[in-house]
Amino acid sequence: MSNSVSALNGASATGFATVRDMGLQGMITVRGDLSATAVKQALASALGGEMPGAGHINPSDSGHTAWMSPDELMVLVPYASADAKLAEITDGMGDTHHMAVNVSDARCMFAVSGDDALVREALAKLMPVDLSSAAFKPGQFRRSRMAQVPAAVWMAGPGEARIVCFRSVAQYVFDLLKGATAPGSEVRYMA
Amino acid sequence: MLILTCPCCGVTGEETEFHGGGEAHLKRFGPGSTDEAFHDYLFSKVNPKGVHLERWRHNNGCGKWFHAARDTVTLEIYGTYPAQTTEPPQSVKDAITAKRPGWSWREFA
Amino acid sequence: MSTRLANGGRLLDRGRKVDFTFNGKRLRGYAGDTIASALLANDQMLVGRSFKYHRPRGVVASGAEEPNGLVGMGTGADFEPNQRVTTTELFDGLTCTSQNHWPSLDFDVGAINTKLARFLFAGFYYKMFIHPRPFWKHVYEPIIRKSAGLGKAPDQRDTDTYEHFYAFCDVLVIGGGIAGLQAARSAAATGAKVMLIEQTAHWGGRAPVDGGTVGGQPVDKFVDDLVAELSAMDNVTMRNRTMGAGVYDHGYALGYERVGDHQPAAKGPRHRLWRIRAAQIVTATGAIERPLSFAGNDIPGVMLASAVRDYVVDYGVSIGDRTVVVTNNDDAYRTAITLKKNGLDVPAILDARVPTQDSPLMAEAKSLGIRVLMGHGISSVQGVKRVTGVGVCSQAGEGAVLEEIACDVVAMSGGWSPVVHLWSHCGGKLIWDETTAAFRPDVDKAPTGAKGEAFVTPAGAANGALSLGDVLSDATTAGASAAKAAGHSGGDVTAPEAEQIDEAPMAQVWMMPHGAGIKKRQKAWLDYQNDVKVSDIQLAAQEGYESVEHAKRYTTLGMATDQGKLSNINGLAILSDALGQPIPQTGTTTFRPPYTPISMASITGEARDERFMPIRQTPMYQWHVDNGAFFEPVGQWRRPYTYQKPGESIEQSVSREVKATRASLGMLDASTLGKLVVTGKDAGKFLDMLYTNMMSTLKPGHCRYGLMCGENGFLIDDGVVARIDDNTFLCHTTTGGAESIHGHMEEWLQTEWWDWEVYVANLTEQYAQIAVVGPQARATLEKLTGDDISGDALPFMAWKDITLAGIQARAYRISFSGELSYEIAVKASEGRALWDALLAAGQTANITPYGTEALHIMRAEKGFIMMGDETDGTVIPQDLGLHWAISKKKEDYIGKRAQARSHVTDPRRWQLVGLETVDGGVLPDGAYATAEGKNANGQRETQGRVTSTYHSPTLERGIAMGLVLNGPDRMGEVLEFPRLDGTIMRAKIVDPVFFDKDGEKQNV
Repeated sequence: MSNSVSALNGASATGFATVRDMGLQGMITVRGDLSATAVKQALASALGGEMPGAGHINPSDSGHTAWMSPDELMVLVPYASADAKLAEITDGMGDTHHMAVNVSDARCMFAVSGDDALVREALAKLMPVDLSSAAFKPGQFRRSRMAQVPAAVWMAGPGEARIVCFRSVAQYVFDLLKGATAPGSEVRYMA
Repeated sequence: MLILTCPCCGVTGEETEFHGGGEAHLKRFGPGSTDEAFHDYLFSKVNPKGVHLERWRHNNGCGKWFHAARDTVTLEIYGTYPAQTTEPPQSVKDAITAKRPGWSWREFA
Repeated sequence: MSTRLANGGRLLDRGRKVDFTFNGKRLRGYAGDTIASALLANDQMLVGRSFKYHRPRGVVASGAEEPNGLVGMGTGADFEPNQRVTTTELFDGLTCTSQNHWPSLDFDVGAINTKLARFLFAGFYYKMFIHPRPFWKHVYEPIIRKSAGLGKAPDQRDTDTYEHFYAFCDVLVIGGGIAGLQAARSAAATGAKVMLIEQTAHWGGRAPVDGGTVGGQPVDKFVDDLVAELSAMDNVTMRNRTMGAGVYDHGYALGYERVGDHQPAAKGPRHRLWRIRAAQIVTATGAIERPLSFAGNDIPGVMLASAVRDYVVDYGVSIGDRTVVVTNNDDAYRTAITLKKNGLDVPAILDARVPTQDSPLMAEAKSLGIRVLMGHGISSVQGVKRVTGVGVCSQAGEGAVLEEIACDVVAMSGGWSPVVHLWSHCGGKLIWDETTAAFRPDVDKAPTGAKGEAFVTPAGAANGALSLGDVLSDATTAGASAAKAAGHSGGDVTAPEAEQIDEAPMAQVWMMPHGAGIKKRQKAWLDYQNDVKVSDIQLAAQEGYESVEHAKRYTTLGMATDQGKLSNINGLAILSDALGQPIPQTGTTTFRPPYTPISMASITGEARDERFMPIRQTPMYQWHVDNGAFFEPVGQWRRPYTYQKPGESIEQSVSREVKATRASLGMLDASTLGKLVVTGKDAGKFLDMLYTNMMSTLKPGHCRYGLMCGENGFLIDDGVVARIDDNTFLCHTTTGGAESIHGHMEEWLQTEWWDWEVYVANLTEQYAQIAVVGPQARATLEKLTGDDISGDALPFMAWKDITLAGIQARAYRISFSGELSYEIAVKASEGRALWDALLAAGQTANITPYGTEALHIMRAEKGFIMMGDETDGTVIPQDLGLHWAISKKKEDYIGKRAQARSHVTDPRRWQLVGLETVDGGVLPDGAYATAEGKNANGQRETQGRVTSTYHSPTLERGIAMGLVLNGPDRMGEVLEFPRLDGTIMRAKIVDPVFFDKDGEKQNV
């Protein structure tokens, strides 16, 4: 653990909003029939909280659970507890057809923080998604692309965006976000 | 640039979130099939002016494949539906018929 | 001369003087000026030279349609050519230079072309330079290229920034003139989310210049109130300096915002490209005045009547003291009246029409004492670099001069054309309006969107409404109906009442005078920038270029940077006349985005420099950078090709890495290899379909090399599969195959075998993977682990979970080099720590990190194939002697049926062999082995080709692999490979395994 470093080791940049590598984040991919009782029970007991519906992210007992696709969830837990949580999910599933794998190291998570409208605007420079406060509310979870790479985004709260991308493109995504929040480039469209 | 609605995750997104995958409802021919049947499966694709049933993948999104009924002339999307089917659902057929009475595509009409 | 008036100029801030230079000359304008108005205020009428004849060119217009006033702006890194003076706002310190002349604007050698004009007719270049054929490429083209092109490309890197912005709205209104404002208000009243964009810096368009009253108020007051009202609405976004550049499928539109052009010192992007998705679009893009075609209509000082009026009202600039107005419609009278009211002289209005009675505007002009000559026109304009006078003639005749009038300005008006570009971009159809002699939107044939619905509504002048009242009522309806179509209704805005001024009908005048002879037609310009004249179009028609698209390309009409904004309709009319058919039958050329040119950099947006494309980095990337890695791109990854030490050549470095690895110990960052986990009770069955060999029989704890083909039978990927447990496999793919093979698996699972119980996940980036390779590999690893990794405990083609340097790891005993080799996978965030630990532990064994080239050489020495070298999308496993990896027992796998096709089973398919050069040299990559005879195309027959070729440091000679006709049966035969320099290299066919044929090194 002491040897573990996230892709950008906590790098940050401040323009009209602050961009920050959030460091190591536990993430587990769970695939299965999300409507099956056995799957629901296993997840409920391992994670707590309510299962998110399509396009949403919900708080769980030790993190969040995000809806990735009709047969896939992403479980966010503290990095150090990912393997234990994974084992818990696997045990709970028993013989039920599913897949649960630790993907914590395959991803990178960023925070973009600041004025709510400006944070949304910075992301709207890079993602072909309506991120206005009327269309994209806290609790919603959107997978799309950020410039040339896949990315998922949600609002953890007012002025607090979270972005998850693949680890190998962390530097690229950081550079994108840094550019999109460059001082003087405020769009003033959503404010 | 088109906008498409993914029937799997419900997202309506622009074309750059998706990837086109050619003709839908292909029936696979494997070992034991005739040369002609296999040749047609591999190479003979329709390229109609008008209604086309085609495959798309929501690759910058939920990652799922789905089918779309699209007009290749007007670019109208008559409907999208899950890929796990061997024929378009009646509702999509009806939507096409409403706009294009008498349409046909392969064995569907 | 042109000069600044003492008063007026509604867009100016006379309190703020602005200094700028033109061709090095220091000039002064005011805040609010465009370059054009400031130049004209300084009597700088001449702004450029035309493209073909290098004729003197002055400002013609006051907006985006300007064809002549293009300058190079800025210097060094800020330089940009072809900036339109009529739309570029003046700022302090602006520098600009005129274009397309040598040595100077006033004296240009190229102007000799104008004397040769009668030789430089339409299609001149095509006809003149077609023979002799080879001359075009080597003689004519280089010379013509030198003199062609408008403006100069910048020679320095652009230091500004640019960005995109994705916006979504219910109704996008393009054009912030009075129609756009009113449409926006009407749409916004329903509660719809409205975005209003305007290309200039100010709102209201030309309504304040044209005057009139709305609801009893002056129109400019009405505009101000409307702007204030819209600005206060939460559901309305207004963006000026933002041009609607294009309208595309499904309600997509591009807005081009010039954020920083007018304030170059400000922080932030220079341009922003708005990528707008609107449910409905209203095009309130106004109309453009047409020139008239008479001899000498290109002489500086001949301008559009509306532009002359704009310069007076908007900028307080008089183009000249004496202006002759020539027209076929009433609107130009407003120019005459405006000039007169500003104390300027209008010696005559030449009106080509013969009305039965005076319209109100005619009466007003006459009452101001202006002489109006009905049924008259211009025979020719006098002057060279500036208008000095006009010859007056009867419009009906052949141009006999009845009278000469001295003047320094000619204000012409040939009527107004709605700006239908944005309506047409996405397929909106047009109809010909005979009364206004213009194409306008056919509202029944609008562009259609995703649901088949019409999504563009034209409004105001862009829809053919030309009077103030008509514009406002049309825009009110357009805004409301667009909002309704976007799902918003209510609102209920009524059109305000506007003062109605009756105008006499215009007359269609396409040539002035009507019976102008060839000499006059050769001097009547249609396209000012490209020097296309009435006579050129007529010649094109005569030579059979009857389609408007052909005539355009043959004559270059409308191909200049203004894209025919002024010339299009006049050219069509001339062509139609020459063909003896009505104008609608001729049709128009296609309108394509962008409406006016936009910067390439704005299209690029953020994608430049470090953000040009994603560069994928492994967890050990920084170590590679710090240790002299010479990188090569592998997909979007950057992988070390070799780690050069000071003083080493690339070849020496690679050779050192190979030798050190074979002799003792090497280490490779293999993290980029694809790692796909496949799980479920049908996982084995699924992999049996994906791979050509049998995977379901693999035992947990073991590994198997597998091949994957596409449904067409050709190889697409290879790699080692490890069975983790009964239900789970880990499939290694090539670096380039990680995403594509993951997609391939998902595709088959989702679209063909969706009832199989299998899930796949791409764990490529979850793990850092390090290959530890060489005779000292085991001994070195043993220093870092207490686990048993002996040959018995972890044999070749097995895997085992171990703890290495305190890190949980999975060791795969696999080899791509023929050496004793372990590939160690750890969590990516611990990859660098393991790398450092291995370097330290391997120090005594001379551990040598190696790059992809050493990897390639070592695999070639062992005769291992490489995807992309031995395969190219047309190669089947059988070609590569990999029959052993094709299961005979399986009924089916992807590609099996295709491998039974006749061409694919042809015994004459080239087969893989090793090639050993006779002289020990290195064969050129891709070289062909020649055979006797020639093929049907007269080319030398071939019998094989080189697929991989290297200098082997181990064997100290050139080695290669290649595909050769009947190769495996021809061992020992020598083939000839011609090189590009004409010499021939000879190579012997040998077994592809050059090194350690029995695998003794890897099996210890």
